[in-house]
Amino acid sequence: MTDASDLPKDDAPLAASKQGSAAVEAASGNVPEAQGAHITGRSVTINKPAQELYAFFRDFSNLPNFMENVESIRLHDEQRSHWVVKAPGGRTVEWDARVTEEVPGRLIAWTSEEGADVPNSGKVEFKPVEGRGTVVTATILYDPPGGIIGKIVAKMFQREPAIQARRDLRRFKQLMETGEVATPAKNRAEFEEMGL
Amino acid sequence: MKALAWHGKHDVRIDNVPDPGIVNPRDCIIKVTSTAICGSDLHLYDGYIPTMKAGDVLGHEFMGEVVEVGPKSTLKKGDRVVVPFTIACGSCYHCGKHQYSACPNGLPADNQDIAMELYGHEMSGLFGYSHMTGGYAGGQAEYVRVPFSDVGPIVIPDGVPDDKVLFLSDILPTGWQAAEYAEIEPGDTVAVWGCGPVGLFAVQSAFLMGAARVIAIDHFPRRLELAAKFGAETINFEESAVYEALMEMTGGIGPDAVIDAVGLEAHGLFVDNVVDQVKASLLLGTDRPHSIRQAIIACRKGGRVSMPAVYGGFVDKFPLGAFMEKGLTLKTGQTHVQHYMPALLNAIMEDKIDTEFLISHRMPLTDAPHGYKMFKDRQNEYTKIVLKPGMDQAA
Repeated sequence: MTDASDLPKDDAPLAASKQGSAAVEAASGNVPEAQGAHITGRSVTINKPAQELYAFFRDFSNLPNFMENVESIRLHDEQRSHWVVKAPGGRTVEWDARVTEEVPGRLIAWTSEEGADVPNSGKVEFKPVEGRGTVVTATILYDPPGGIIGKIVAKMFQREPAIQARRDLRRFKQLMETGEVATPAKNRAEFEEMGL
Repeated sequence: MKALAWHGKHDVRIDNVPDPGIVNPRDCIIKVTSTAICGSDLHLYDGYIPTMKAGDVLGHEFMGEVVEVGPKSTLKKGDRVVVPFTIACGSCYHCGKHQYSACPNGLPADNQDIAMELYGHEMSGLFGYSHMTGGYAGGQAEYVRVPFSDVGPIVIPDGVPDDKVLFLSDILPTGWQAAEYAEIEPGDTVAVWGCGPVGLFAVQSAFLMGAARVIAIDHFPRRLELAAKFGAETINFEESAVYEALMEMTGGIGPDAVIDAVGLEAHGLFVDNVVDQVKASLLLGTDRPHSIRQAIIACRKGGRVSMPAVYGGFVDKFPLGAFMEKGLTLKTGQTHVQHYMPALLNAIMEDKIDTEFLISHRMPLTDAPHGYKMFKDRQNEYTKIVLKPGMDQAA
């Protein structure tokens, strides 16, 4: 088994690694209170200042506006929130999340609390780039559980977690740059049917 | 409302579909007064473009009257507007560089996956042109929902007839951009493959940009005649060998710039073309790139290749060696329509560019299925069809 120190020393981000378990191990070292044996990571460049993006993201109640699978996020307090996420077959999965680190304008990290349907942790970083706005990078570690619900969840996340993350970040970009999320819906009724 | 819907290869119908309404704050709804059938609509009609679904409303060249506006639209009810076929936000990095057809914000995130796989990047959304480009309902309809209406549509002054300005939506800027990408220098000879609407506008544009000679290549006599009207010399590829003709007409040098305005459905009984057609019919390839091969071979050393023609997938036998050895430059891409609209509207108003010459037929929207068939089968006479939804009520 490869460990983190055997990873080739190039400059490619961990999410692009061809050695899954070693990448998870290395990523875990960068995520506070890391948990989860699968990794997904994506970057998107958004033509807005880092502080503005951070502020919008840090208000977790904004997230369902661009995260397709997130049904609701209820805030317990500044650090704790309850997440309800759509799973296939009309089911939902839930967890409590806690902010583990935050640097205003730069970084938000979280981990799920005891008893989560899908133990997960991760961070979102905001890096200003001269003339182009801000590079937003999401790194997510997660653990599909066992049992039937686990199978369903695994199917949902493993189908193409990178694509889901990419879509959510793309919608975040659209919302922040244009004030709306692109949809081909012909009218409100069709939009309600299609969702984000 | 009534709309022209795609149901399969060579099967388009007038369907009754739900009326569009405002969805996002920057939307507007327009009542279509004129909409054209584009040569690239024939690629859909002929089944060459993937990710089409039965019931998709076609049409990306259209204009009309604003009848409803979202809270963030800057248009007013009653404005007459021409709508660019590329759906671009106006505020992202690419729009800032006027690369409107590269805007990622008009393409719904779920529709980006296919282009990400096929092209490595997502493209802009387009009206009425498959789900890979967003699945937006098109303009061959009585009404259309237009996103980003505060930055896309251009308002047309009163008294300027539809037929003069409709082509600002696509083919005029596309022909203009094609000529611009040919980087024409005074005294140049420019060869244009394809005298369809884009090719004919490229001919006009090339002269306006200072070309000394333009040589137009096609096999439909009527279309070559139109090119000749603007001062082009012509080659009918059914009667003359194109490469030999071009070399002789340029004293053995070859054209300084070449423009491929044909694309993935090249006509003509050339060996490579027939092989490509067989492959396409067996789904072993998507594109039939005869014209771009010929253009590259004919282009002079150190010359420029401009390719407004639509290609969707992969091509075989691309003459990469000739391209490299001769040191050619290629510029191509979907048109950055929004960038060209204001200046071209002025050029039309000042009668520097003729647009109406192109229109061979006008018909009610309800005749659109017949129009598609004619546009495909009788390209000599049917140079451009404009559909007028209003003619239905008038009749």
